[in-house]
Amino acid sequence: MTSVAPVATTPGGSTKNKGGAAGRPSAAAWLVAVPFLAFVGIFLVYPTVLVLAGSFQDSNGAFTLDNLSTLFKGVYFDAFVRSIELSALTAVIGAIFGALLTWAVAVGNPDGMLRRVVVAASGVLAQFGGVPLAFAFLATVGFEGLVTKYLRDNVGIDLFAGSAWLFELPGLTLVYTFFQIPLMVIVFLPALDGLRPQWREANASLGGTSWTYWRHVGGPILTPPFLGALLLLFANAFSAYATAAALVSQGSPIVPLQIRGFLTGEVVLGQENLGKALGLGMVIVVSIAMGVNVLLQRRVAKWVR
Amino acid sequence: MGSVVKQRVLRTIILLVLGVYFILPLIAMAEFSTRGRNNTRSLESWTSIVDDEGLMEALVNSLLLSVTSAVLMLVLLVPTMAWIRLRLPQLQRLVEFLCLLPLAIPAIVLVVGMAPLYAWVNYFFGDSPLTLTFAYTILVLPFAYRAIDAGLAAIDLKTLAEAARSLGASWFTVLWKVVVPNIRVALIGASLLSVALVLGEFTIASLLNFDTLQVQVNLLGKRNAGVSIAVSLLSLLFAFVLLFALSYVGQRRRQTVVEE
Repeated sequence: MTSVAPVATTPGGSTKNKGGAAGRPSAAAWLVAVPFLAFVGIFLVYPTVLVLAGSFQDSNGAFTLDNLSTLFKGVYFDAFVRSIELSALTAVIGAIFGALLTWAVAVGNPDGMLRRVVVAASGVLAQFGGVPLAFAFLATVGFEGLVTKYLRDNVGIDLFAGSAWLFELPGLTLVYTFFQIPLMVIVFLPALDGLRPQWREANASLGGTSWTYWRHVGGPILTPPFLGALLLLFANAFSAYATAAALVSQGSPIVPLQIRGFLTGEVVLGQENLGKALGLGMVIVVSIAMGVNVLLQRRVAKWVR
Repeated sequence: MGSVVKQRVLRTIILLVLGVYFILPLIAMAEFSTRGRNNTRSLESWTSIVDDEGLMEALVNSLLLSVTSAVLMLVLLVPTMAWIRLRLPQLQRLVEFLCLLPLAIPAIVLVVGMAPLYAWVNYFFGDSPLTLTFAYTILVLPFAYRAIDAGLAAIDLKTLAEAARSLGASWFTVLWKVVVPNIRVALIGASLLSVALVLGEFTIASLLNFDTLQVQVNLLGKRNAGVSIAVSLLSLLFAFVLLFALSYVGQRRRQTVVEE
């Protein structure tokens, strides 16, 4: 798509301006940024610091590493392992099926109805899903769900013969694919749109097949954005709370639900700050995923040029 | 051309399989929410949405919040971001970092730090659910920042601002009469995204004990699954309409620019 708007000047104003707009800003110029910085300082930086600092304090406010070392023990460690497994599994499933769906959409008409519907629906499920998704699942494969009843009455299969799987890890995995696949579509579509038809034509005119195109052109180009999307999906599932909270009301198989336990009062005396340490653990895992992604894209930006 | 046929078949299979996978729950929701007694159909769940006072109150809260959060987001971001491009490039990196920071801090973690903060907020502003505006403005920052940043990058802000200034416009006039109209599509996009996000938010509202739409839906589900499922279906469809409309907002701009 060509940009029709006038070409932008370099952002950040590195150009020398004769009007004197750049140069050293006056003290008054800084004032404009104050409301934003103050707001973000109070409502984003302060709570974040509170969590980070609290992880290193005992209930009297003295420095301790006990909270953090507890993360590597018992139920808390298990929850982290389970959270990471759940996120990795749903990220892989979401990335594969999402990439296929993205491809099916991208080869169609760019202004077509199909693409519009899929993109809008993906946006809804990926960012808005939350609680409604949990109820969608209860309606479908819950104890009295449509599919459960159909299978029970007409096929003779009891979905819940083994256990209440919907409210445990397998159920969460299934539900999570419903926002992971759509997120993949949103993240991956720009990459697929970036494949130029000329490359395909060049491949064909040189006698290449569909296989050689994907093996030598499409594949290598799409690998970095695919891996980037995979990491993003992982971080997304790892941070997700609403769907799991609405579905699982008892027990805390994953880290976000354990933090809920700390916030709603199931706190053992002397462990008030353990919830914060769990939060710090989550931030670290998410930051690693995002950091690897940044490194990956930076490397790619170097050799694409 | 065998590969074209193969591609078409593969595409149809993917769309069909995933289409069913995603549409089945919607059908199930419609079916579940219209169940009556003794295998009859009934719209009871749907009609009782309106009768449920708690639910209606929560819906009003959520709608108000979606407006106040979008407004606060615009008021905070637009002048700051425009100003940074014009006069304070030094702050570019910091502001970008702060705006994208919520992506690295899951809402469930943010709420741990916000809980003590909200004790103060409620002390100063009362315990109205509308105080959630502050938290929600933070949540929408990354999405709003990207939309507005793209909008600002697409116009020649410096030239426009200098032209207006040389004609004697104040900075406020530049912002209100030059910047805002030129990036209105980006602003609409950012606003619609934040509305969708706020209407769907559950984590922070539920853990700070405020009554919003999703909190009520979740609560209701424990008593009457039918109503909760009806509201869930309705809110998914509403968000879909919102984002579907968004896909046309971008396009209309493309067309008008081409006509010009």
